[in-house]
Amino acid sequence: MNARLAWPVGVVALIALPFVYRDPYHLHILILILIWSFAYTSWSMMGRFGLVSLGHGGFMGVGAYVTALLWNHLGVSPWIGIPIALVCAGTLALVVAYPCFRFRITGHYFALVTLALSGIVLQVITATRDWTGGSLGYTPERTKGNNIVALQFDDKTVWYLIALAVWLCGLLIWHWVDRSMSRYAMEAISEDEDAAAAAGVNVTFEKLRITVISALMTALAGALYCQYQMFISPDTVSGIAVSLQMVFAVVVGGIYVALGPTVGAIITLLLAEFLRIFFGTKAVGWDNLVYGVLLVLFIIFLPKGILGSLLERVRRRPPPAAMPQSQAAPLGRAP
Amino acid sequence: MQSFLEIFDIYLLEAMVNGILLGGLLALLALGLNLIFGVIDVTWICYAELVMIGMYGMYFLVQYYGLSYYVAAPLAIVLVAILGALLHYLVIAPLLSAAPINQLLATGGVLFVLQSFATVAFGVDFRNLGIRLPVLAFADMHFSYSRLLAFGAALIGMVVVYFFMTRTYTGTAIRAISQDRQIMALMGVDTKKIYLITSALGGALAGLAACLLVLQYDVHPFVGLSFGPITFLICVLGGLGNFVGGFVAAFVFAEIISLGGLFSDLEWGYVLAFGFFIVMMFVRPNGLLAKRS
Repeated sequence: MNARLAWPVGVVALIALPFVYRDPYHLHILILILIWSFAYTSWSMMGRFGLVSLGHGGFMGVGAYVTALLWNHLGVSPWIGIPIALVCAGTLALVVAYPCFRFRITGHYFALVTLALSGIVLQVITATRDWTGGSLGYTPERTKGNNIVALQFDDKTVWYLIALAVWLCGLLIWHWVDRSMSRYAMEAISEDEDAAAAAGVNVTFEKLRITVISALMTALAGALYCQYQMFISPDTVSGIAVSLQMVFAVVVGGIYVALGPTVGAIITLLLAEFLRIFFGTKAVGWDNLVYGVLLVLFIIFLPKGILGSLLERVRRRPPPAAMPQSQAAPLGRAP
Repeated sequence: MQSFLEIFDIYLLEAMVNGILLGGLLALLALGLNLIFGVIDVTWICYAELVMIGMYGMYFLVQYYGLSYYVAAPLAIVLVAILGALLHYLVIAPLLSAAPINQLLATGGVLFVLQSFATVAFGVDFRNLGIRLPVLAFADMHFSYSRLLAFGAALIGMVVVYFFMTRTYTGTAIRAISQDRQIMALMGVDTKKIYLITSALGGALAGLAACLLVLQYDVHPFVGLSFGPITFLICVLGGLGNFVGGFVAAFVFAEIISLGGLFSDLEWGYVLAFGFFIVMMFVRPNGLLAKRS
């Protein structure tokens, strides 16, 4: 009963928050946490089934840059530009993922191919510097004040509510997948593709579907980030570093639980802010240094993440013998 | 028109030769990664970052300590070899029985650590060795000595590794382990030791690549990103763990990059190479040299 009440109460409290508490800096941090949580959730949709993609930086970059370029060069409103960007990212995901899945490129191979994908998106953005500004970054043209057509708002409360809605949608999609047949199919695939195929699962189709959903969500996160920050650069929305940042946050938070990526986003962003305030301008690099060390330590010692391990401990305590023998293998299956 | 075509052909020829020279270097990088993958069954995502640390090592040895290039190079190779062994000992060894993806992600964490360590310790400035090697002019074509040197050294490095793998006991053990991991332990081969040696060897190859790359490119903390992805593509295209496949794929890729760069920016060469890679995945998903099933 408690758990059932906790969700609506929590959501109402989150919606009410900006009307009660208006500190712009804290709201800014909250918005960033929500947007990145959404991106991390989209990564975990694939990651939880052992499909480790390091190409999500690429999808995010496509989402952000296509939206901004359409707005600046063709005057296309983000309301139309974002769907176009999503289509681009979805197509990219299909083109790269289809051969991978069709020809059984899994595990290491898949991670490396997608890693190269995010590297290549970074190269394309840098190469087309005449339009995208290259590594110097890119700014969508400002309109004055709140402008719904341009999806630009001065008011942080509006952005907070948009980010909150999108984040909730992300969680809903996560739940929808979690309760669908697709989840069982994907779990069977991550255990043994041949056995799953023999049991009647369309392996290629199931994997493609989850990949495209994940890519679309990531691209949306990229577009939102671009609209909110009004500045994007290849380093912040595309490339290997962003892909790894997603992996890191999800692994830290917990890959198998709905709120794991959110916890990961809270931890990583607060850590980055803390280091930035603590070290000031010398902080360049320090946050990633700490991330990297933590990522290695987490994978070695706590592969289920903070929230995952906590929930497991809470669940295990009341009925001591209820835990079944087979524990979920951390991030896919040992050979 | 006639003269235009002549000029064009010279450029084309020059780009092709430069592609071959680049291919040697890429083949060296791919060899190290393939070695680690074939023997330990781990992919070092941070491989290009080890090269970056090696390049910084060369920079400091030559610029600050005033060593000559040929004295500094072995030192840098040893430094990266030690780093490779440390990477294995500290990160990979505790994860050997974990899921392969965990090992991959852990090396991703090391990538973060190395990149940001370089940012914190050395700053984001571009640095170069300050060694200017002459340019060789041959039949209206221009080749820099640094590329020729890199190509030659990469080839020699690969030949040395080949002889090490085929003519010594340790090399034979390494090859045997890559064929059957479980049995070799029963045959009295110390797997842990072999893994450590292999990691050091992979590191040494990264170090050699660093010594050669530092002649041609400036060092900065993110330099690994400019050739890391391409190395992974080469290894996958050649078939992970397949030495000969990686060697062939390196030259194919280098030609594409070089010729693509001739017509447009160098970045477009990379993009072209990636497009080629995607097409090849449809045609030969198990690697260039794999038999079609």
